[in-house]
Amino acid sequence: MPRLDIVDLKAAYGSLTVLDGITVSVGSGKVLGLIGPSGSGKSTILRVLVGLLKPAAGRVLLDDVEVRYSNAGDVKRVRDQLAIVFQQYNLFQNMNVLDNVTIAPVKIRGRSRGEVEQDARELLAKVGLADKLKSYPDELSGGQQQRVAIARALALKPEILLLDEITAALDPELVSEVLDTIRVLASEGMTMLIVSHEMGFIREVSSKVAFMADGKVVEMGAPAQIFDAPSEERTRDFVSKILRH
Amino acid sequence: MSYTLQYGQIWPYLPFLLDGALLSLQIAFLAFCGGLFIGTLGAAGKTFGGPIVKRLINVYVVFLTNTPQLVQIYFLYFALPDVGILLSSYVAVLIGMTLNAGAYLTEIQRAGFESVRQTEMEAAETLGFSRAQQIRYVIMPHVARVLFPPLSNHYILMTLGTSMAAIFGVEELTGRAFNVNAETFRSIEVFSVTALMYIVITVAATAILAVIGRVLLRARMRII
Amino acid sequence: MLDRLIEEAPQFFSYYNVIFLGKAMLATIGLSAVGCLTGIIAGLALALVRLPTGVLWWPAKVIAVLFTELFRRIPFLVTLMLVFFAFQLTGLDLSLFVVACIAVFFIATAFLSEIIRAGFEAVHRNQWDAAAAMNFSLLETVRYVVLPQAWRIILPPAFGFFVLFIKDTALASQIGVVELTYAGRVLNNKGFSAALVFGTMLVLYFAISYPLARLGVRLEARLAKARHR
Repeated sequence: MPRLDIVDLKAAYGSLTVLDGITVSVGSGKVLGLIGPSGSGKSTILRVLVGLLKPAAGRVLLDDVEVRYSNAGDVKRVRDQLAIVFQQYNLFQNMNVLDNVTIAPVKIRGRSRGEVEQDARELLAKVGLADKLKSYPDELSGGQQQRVAIARALALKPEILLLDEITAALDPELVSEVLDTIRVLASEGMTMLIVSHEMGFIREVSSKVAFMADGKVVEMGAPAQIFDAPSEERTRDFVSKILRH
Repeated sequence: MSYTLQYGQIWPYLPFLLDGALLSLQIAFLAFCGGLFIGTLGAAGKTFGGPIVKRLINVYVVFLTNTPQLVQIYFLYFALPDVGILLSSYVAVLIGMTLNAGAYLTEIQRAGFESVRQTEMEAAETLGFSRAQQIRYVIMPHVARVLFPPLSNHYILMTLGTSMAAIFGVEELTGRAFNVNAETFRSIEVFSVTALMYIVITVAATAILAVIGRVLLRARMRII
Repeated sequence: MLDRLIEEAPQFFSYYNVIFLGKAMLATIGLSAVGCLTGIIAGLALALVRLPTGVLWWPAKVIAVLFTELFRRIPFLVTLMLVFFAFQLTGLDLSLFVVACIAVFFIATAFLSEIIRAGFEAVHRNQWDAAAAMNFSLLETVRYVVLPQAWRIILPPAFGFFVLFIKDTALASQIGVVELTYAGRVLNNKGFSAALVFGTMLVLYFAISYPLARLGVRLEARLAKARHR
């Protein structure tokens, strides 16, 4: 049963501290929503989790086993169990949609191509792109690219899915098609960590919401608590500003 | 084989080599200045000239950039005497390098001229600048900033290119290295020290040019 | 002077001389081609060595950086002499052509590794991140993701370097490699006028270099236009 615990996590870009003691956790089948102003460190948590940024201090436990990010084997294990979807999709520009989805399972995990392709076709159908298998990323809209990126992450059969502001780079009319895909995943019991500015969506799919500012978790609780009855001044400020929009 | 490196033997020749390095710097500087002059005329001709002028400049650039500098200098040095023009080896090398540089610098500067975008010109016009003011305040600074890095780069390449003069008996750094080698037979030592000198010269020149470019022109250049 | 050229021309373009010049031209192209083809492999290796961040890679990285930075700052003539004399000491019986190829190889490796590195850097950071997050090793990332995108950026300047170096190989005549410039000097020594000999050499170099340079320009335009980068 997937479970992720982050304890007192600290990280910095050079001399700039971006995570200043983060403690959150997400249990099996649950969805943790991370909200907060830009630069609060939400995305950095996800980058640390998949080993793109080395943490300065603190602990990460995956299924109650500590992940040592200085250890190559541990990083490999955590990358096998977590999959991330990026704000800018980060699809491989040199590969068509099908190859984007199948490359890692086939070439990196060594699974059989036939089986993986079968999975990939199903996943791409699920995100509504069954007819785009041979298209290249630069032939797709942002929303389509992002759905490919979601399919690519799911093809890795991750225990936990990390979503890093996946609608932030999209034109407004394309946001819903991507969010609908995530709603389906949530209803199927996918364990997820979602960083987003889409407050309505966060409120709807999250089991728990953490409000972050300046590299710290200011307040954490059920969506209703955070959005309707925040106890911290900063949370109230942020939520009222956002909801007034 | 048992060869022991004996740098001690060429140590006394160090001032002799350094003196040659000065001549290398001189050749590179003179040829670059001459080339810059030709290149400026060439680029201006290619940008503003008539079709025949453009054609002629093009022939010059294409021919000189597609043939070896060494053979160009051979031609000047060995063939011109047939028509009564006798050049000393130093002058032949200098003319050859200047003409060669002129061709490359024409191309570099033309690209720089072209990079002055029409919009900047228009912006300057709407601001009410006169033609002279446009050139003085808009075009010149922009062109200088764009051109300085590739020109510096070519200058460094030319500094290395001066070693070719040794083939004609000019006693610049490589020429003197040949001499020291003939006297001492410590080939590896002589040429490795020579190589090191070129490295020091070009590293220093790169750094100096980058500092000048950054301070005076705010050009983006790597110092090291 | 023109009369003399016309007078000499039939003798100069004798069957034997034409064959001699043809072979010399092949040597000229071969020197640059062999040096650059081997150089691109070594250059790739040097560019790869500079990618990992681990402390253990530091020595290799330092060597790679020094190699690329230093060999781009030594005149080809001096490198030629160093390689030439170094092989004389080893007593290995290598042909002068091979010795010159090795000198070209050193310089080409340095320049091409820099070109390849710039190509790697042109591939967006997010491509590297995505691959890393999916457990691609650095080599796998380069093989499946980076090189397939970067080769369009690498190829034009790499080809440009090859064409540029064809002219620089004229210096190999100085250690006695029978390439075009050396052939010219031989014919000049045989008594043909310098204007005819070196004029012909210039034309022959031009005949090699110009079409290749044009090809390079077309290649660059074509790759720049191509999609899926």
